Amino acid sequence: MSKAQFIIEKNENPSVGWRLLLPILSLLGTFILTSGLILWGKANPLEAYYYFLIAPLSSRFSLLEVLVSSTPLILTGVAVTFAFSAGYYNIGAEGQLYAGAIAAAGLGLIVGKLPMPLAVTVMLVGGFLAGMAWAWLPAWLKVKWAVDEVVTTLLLNSVMAYIVSALLNGPWRNPESGWPQSPEIAPSAHLPKLVAHSRLNLGFLIAVLAVIVLWFVLTRTPFGLKMRAVGLGKPAARFAGIDVERTMLISALVSGGIAGIAGVCEIAGIQYHLTDAISAGYGYTGIIIATLGALNAWGVGAAALFFGVIDTGAQTVSRSLGVPVYLGEVTQATMLLVTLAMFLLQHYRIRRRTSWTSS
Amino acid sequence: MDFIVSLSAATLRVATSILLAAIGETYTERAGVLNLGIEGTMFFGAFVGFYVADISGSLWSGLLAAIISGILAGLLMALFSVSFGVNQHVSGLGLTLLLSGLSLYAFRLRYGGLATPPSIEPFPQLRPFGDLPILGPLSEQYLLTYLTFLVIVPLAWWILYYTDFGLKLRAVGENPEAVDAAGVNVYAIRYAALAIGGGLMAAGGAFLSLAQLGAFTHGIVSGRGWVAIALVIFGNWDPFKVTLGSLIFGGTFALQLRLQAMGLQLPIPYETFLALPYLVTILALVLAGRNASYPAALLKPYRRE
Repeated sequence: MSKAQFIIEKNENPSVGWRLLLPILSLLGTFILTSGLILWGKANPLEAYYYFLIAPLSSRFSLLEVLVSSTPLILTGVAVTFAFSAGYYNIGAEGQLYAGAIAAAGLGLIVGKLPMPLAVTVMLVGGFLAGMAWAWLPAWLKVKWAVDEVVTTLLLNSVMAYIVSALLNGPWRNPESGWPQSPEIAPSAHLPKLVAHSRLNLGFLIAVLAVIVLWFVLTRTPFGLKMRAVGLGKPAARFAGIDVERTMLISALVSGGIAGIAGVCEIAGIQYHLTDAISAGYGYTGIIIATLGALNAWGVGAAALFFGVIDTGAQTVSRSLGVPVYLGEVTQATMLLVTLAMFLLQHYRIRRRTSWTSS
Repeated sequence: MDFIVSLSAATLRVATSILLAAIGETYTERAGVLNLGIEGTMFFGAFVGFYVADISGSLWSGLLAAIISGILAGLLMALFSVSFGVNQHVSGLGLTLLLSGLSLYAFRLRYGGLATPPSIEPFPQLRPFGDLPILGPLSEQYLLTYLTFLVIVPLAWWILYYTDFGLKLRAVGENPEAVDAAGVNVYAIRYAALAIGGGLMAAGGAFLSLAQLGAFTHGIVSGRGWVAIALVIFGNWDPFKVTLGSLIFGGTFALQLRLQAMGLQLPIPYETFLALPYLVTILALVLAGRNASYPAALLKPYRRE
């Protein structure tokens, strides 16, 4: 007698077809899961998804806005990938971003006399160093004292939030309006616009450059090889003669620096002053983007651009259909969870097995 | 004297929500799962509690609904971190993003753009010692505060150290392979720990909306979940030490509120007080150093081969 049986078995090398299908399946799964919420918001899910995913790409203005909203996400995604690749779990990009923003808001007040290229360079270097400095303590504690970096980087985000609050309620409180908002930075410290009458600025090119640098370092340099070796397994990397601590420390510091640059770009490119709301959780979203991009430079860039589409689309959905703008956040989170499940799924396959029994 | 008494009373109030969440996190970490979904679960609990209390008119229904929603959130975390074995930081932060987004979405749908945030009549405070000096005002607390300090905390300690379930839970967080070999279902224990933990975290959030504030606002949780994570480590994964940590935090928080309200000009910004607990926790971690008694299997997904 034959009995058909379905068995699940491990499939270590998923086919190329699977890899291409994965993003599509994730999107579909996300669509199905979120359409209930859209219906609850008394809107048509298909229509909502048109505004969500197609509309942002169909006008020049909104396309530029997509690039603007992707900029901080690309930078924090790259920052997180830098650390995660070397097995250093930096959850502190949010705080490091604000460290860079503080540096930019401060330096922007005193570089007014410098010509624009020089002023902008000072801001970027200052922001990088500030992000690095804020990332230093947990990284040093990790390599010297084996203190878990997940918790320390997370806690320092809250400490940074209080530093920002203390600055905005103290020395930087706007004397005229009384708002917790730092004084405007000098015009020569503004990042130049890439397209007139839009918000798109040099920050986007810096973000693209960061992706290229990440790709180059990870795949084309001996240090990148060391980083990935440490990320794959510390004992094995140590056995191979790699200085694990030094590799992690450098990766962590560069990670903090890039997150700091994200802060500079928000201040010098968009806001021109510091508030406590310059980041909508970009540091945390960076972790999600790094994961969705599978710690691959191009993947991270693509995921960040896609999240930029969702952020811009959520505004359009909200304006056109009256669906709360928070649908964007929910969709991003759902997409992460669905994709994580899919990642897992691609390593398994279901096979039909016919077995013969004698009864 | 009056100042100290009212400060102590406020300390207990402020500590309650964070302590509930921290005890929840103690369960999950003891079982080997760092649940960074804590911040979102608290927020979700605060929202669901408020929402259900508002439409049903019953605060207790709100609290119950919040706890159930927290248990579901914990089970979702378990699906990803235990069954799927996904990286715990990523799944936890994803959960926080999902639950915060869901709460804000639903809140906006239900209450729209009301000019004044909606509010409900919150839980009343009890005052068992009436007008007795010191004890009277000090005992003026919410029933939930009493339950947290007198029932939830001792119960957690008893469960973790003196029950069969607690023994298995701690063992699963230390050496899941050995526990599995002894015939215990590692997955089931971790699911249970995350469910209990999620319920407590959501209850902590609901305390804010149903008792302390009587309203739901965007900033209602504002990082209290991260404080709870810090307290669990500071308290060395021991419910009573975690309680001590929550009192220190509640004390500094209440003190800075008083100082601000009194309009004192301090030489240092009041934010220093708020940042202090975080810095103290980092210092405690350094001092414990390599000896910090992290559950050995924390962050490690268990795969049965």
